[in-house]
Amino acid sequence: MESEALGWYGVPIAVLGGAIRVSTPFLFVSLGECLTERSGRINLGLEGVLVMGAMSGYAVSFLTGNAWVGVLVAGLAGMALGLLHGLVCSLARVSDIAVGIGLMLLGTGLAFFLGKPYVQPKAPTLPALHLGDWSASPQIQAALQINVLFLAGIALAIAMAWAFRATRWGLIVRMVGDSADAARAMGYPVAAVRTLCTAAGGFLAGVGGSFLSLYYPGSWNEGLSSGQGLMAVALVIFARWRPLACFWAALLFGGAGAIGPALQSVGVTGGYYLFNAAPYVLTLAIMIFTSSPNRTLAGAPGELSVTR
Amino acid sequence: MAHPQPPHSGALAIECLHMSKRFGAFTALDDVTLRVRAGAFHALLGENGAGKSTLVKCLVGYQRADDGQVTVDGRERDIRAPHDAHALGIGMVYQHFTLVPSMSVAENLVMSRDQVPAVVNWRREREALRAFMDTVPFALPLDAPVSTLAAGEKQKCEILKQLYLRRRFVVLDEPTSVLTPQEADEVLGMLRQMAERGEVSVLLITHKLREVMAFADRVTVLRRGRLAGEGEVISLDPAALAEMMVGSREVAQTARHARVAHADAPARLSVRGLTVADDTGLEAVSGVEFEVRAGEILGVAGVSGNGQRELVEALIGQRAVAGGEIRVNGEPYAATRAQMARHRVFSLPEEPLRNACVGALGVADNLALRNFDRAPLAFGPWLRRGALRAQARRLIAEFKVKTTGPEAPMATLSGGNVQRAVLARELSGEVSVLIVANPVFGLDLAAVAEIHTRIMAARNACAAVLLVSEDLDELLELCDRLLVMFEGRMVHHTTPAGADIAVIGGHMAGHAHAREAAA
Repeated sequence: MESEALGWYGVPIAVLGGAIRVSTPFLFVSLGECLTERSGRINLGLEGVLVMGAMSGYAVSFLTGNAWVGVLVAGLAGMALGLLHGLVCSLARVSDIAVGIGLMLLGTGLAFFLGKPYVQPKAPTLPALHLGDWSASPQIQAALQINVLFLAGIALAIAMAWAFRATRWGLIVRMVGDSADAARAMGYPVAAVRTLCTAAGGFLAGVGGSFLSLYYPGSWNEGLSSGQGLMAVALVIFARWRPLACFWAALLFGGAGAIGPALQSVGVTGGYYLFNAAPYVLTLAIMIFTSSPNRTLAGAPGELSVTR
Repeated sequence: MAHPQPPHSGALAIECLHMSKRFGAFTALDDVTLRVRAGAFHALLGENGAGKSTLVKCLVGYQRADDGQVTVDGRERDIRAPHDAHALGIGMVYQHFTLVPSMSVAENLVMSRDQVPAVVNWRREREALRAFMDTVPFALPLDAPVSTLAAGEKQKCEILKQLYLRRRFVVLDEPTSVLTPQEADEVLGMLRQMAERGEVSVLLITHKLREVMAFADRVTVLRRGRLAGEGEVISLDPAALAEMMVGSREVAQTARHARVAHADAPARLSVRGLTVADDTGLEAVSGVEFEVRAGEILGVAGVSGNGQRELVEALIGQRAVAGGEIRVNGEPYAATRAQMARHRVFSLPEEPLRNACVGALGVADNLALRNFDRAPLAFGPWLRRGALRAQARRLIAEFKVKTTGPEAPMATLSGGNVQRAVLARELSGEVSVLIVANPVFGLDLAAVAEIHTRIMAARNACAAVLLVSEDLDELLELCDRLLVMFEGRMVHHTTPAGADIAVIGGHMAGHAHAREAAA
């Protein structure tokens, strides 16, 4: 293969390219989860939302012939599931964790059921920007094939970081997530803010799912998601609930996911499955090193049920 | 603009006329009239449950009164929601902080406004805030997250918020319970001066007679939801106020406790170099050393949040010890169930429903939590429900626990009765070491007197008692020796007989050294 030309130098380039490709769904799901958790709720159902987004995005892209309409519909489908989570959790004495697990099963089940007819057909996929054409090296060209959604995700992370600091809406979300009593004393509707944040988080997770089916790997099947939605929850904790840190964490997770294929491309085939497990090992390692029975996590929203 | 509120236009006069509020069959407020003059420092005095909070919640729009009306500067106003009260210039400082812990002081102040701009221009807001800070009697760091402020600073931040919002009538709900005596005097004195200048009217809800006598010019006393008395503070003496508040002279009189002297008693509980981390992993208790002998009460004073909670949790086994050692009767002690039983170590932690009970379990089961696994309540692996119920009936009668029955869930009992049930469980047998934290928080005077008597009785029966409390009066009444805790260290040791409140307060605030240098 061409990788042989670069030899071992091809590995970091391939990892970087893979990181950019693989990280996009992580980035969207984690930004969505970041928003939801900042408002004081945790939505474990984003795995289901992600799969639902992947299915609906692919189906609509196939039916309309326009991949961007697919992305939009994927977001709306995710928003509907997020809204469901938000509304159910607004009832008294409902555990957001249990509802999230229910939503995860509902989302994946519904997507598999509705998505059966779309496993075979080939839908139009999202275009890529070729930012590496200045280079003669095909590896660099391949690595710098960047999807617009990746850039949109970066813009979104920056916008969210700014919004949490300097907009009324961002400050209200933080207030609701950190001290429901204070928010109530100021007359803000706590449950409504959380429901809206969960719905918006669902939209982002749905968009993240559409990236899986419409760009990379770029097809719809039932094994499409490999737990990105669940790992995003760990990723948000690792990022300490900061949107910009979510971006770097998503890149790290994406890079971990790209190690296996990158090594394979230079001919290292031993331990292929072991390297493919890198994101999961990373998730476990992060959860172990950031957790302690004796202290709460710094930066955690005060109303989050897992930290209380 | 940084200040969308109307410009300051002086203190408001407010009257609450014939207010009543019922919750089901319970009448929380019964035809109460409260008149606050413009520029007054008015105290609203009463015990817990007297209806003080209900009255002001109706005034600031949190609850709707069933009957009665509110006039502001002589005009009748319909206050349906906190927003209506804010629009009139009425603000409230709550007992529990309404600050957002992870936000900075500046963010909290800006978010306290009724109208926050969609996009906050921080550069301009900070200029306005800095200008505002120059006009107030105490400043706070604008960028510090509120979670890093001490309790006294948080209370100041709450009051700053009211000044920032240009309130003309401020209600303070028990604002000094988290402050040292000096901090309380500083904050109340400042508000008093503002009231005298006619900038703001102050309504102070309190049960502390001292604050009423020192700062208020008028007082209204509530008892069991009714008006029990009112008048100019100058014409009233503390005994008369206490009688209005409690209703009968017998209970109001401080019980004088008989003390049995124990000479040369052995040290039962000794703590050496104890270090404990808080929830964030920071050191909350730093190298604390003390010794409690049999037959004495050692008090630990301090403002809430200086490591007392972590110290008590470490001693009763709720929190891991990071360093140092705890010994009971000379043996290393790790607060295991076996050690507690062998050394007869008992405890009355604060918030007993949360820390010492299982709310959903019945009273009888809760009363057996210490001994259900031993004879006579246990027979091999089986429980003897009959013996367990018999024990519960005996303890309920002996400690006068008011419950609908031994099987009633613990969480359905009132605060005083939960504490009585825990006392019954912990103090019914022989006690060697007793660890107590804020035992009467939120209880009425009758329950307070009874619980203090029980603790004193345990001391006289030769128990070593460690009493951690935020209530200095309680400590001075009960203790044989007193330690003051500040930022995780014991900074002062004294005896109540020779105690000077000003000196203790100075140590509680941590500026004792400056004080001594000045003297």
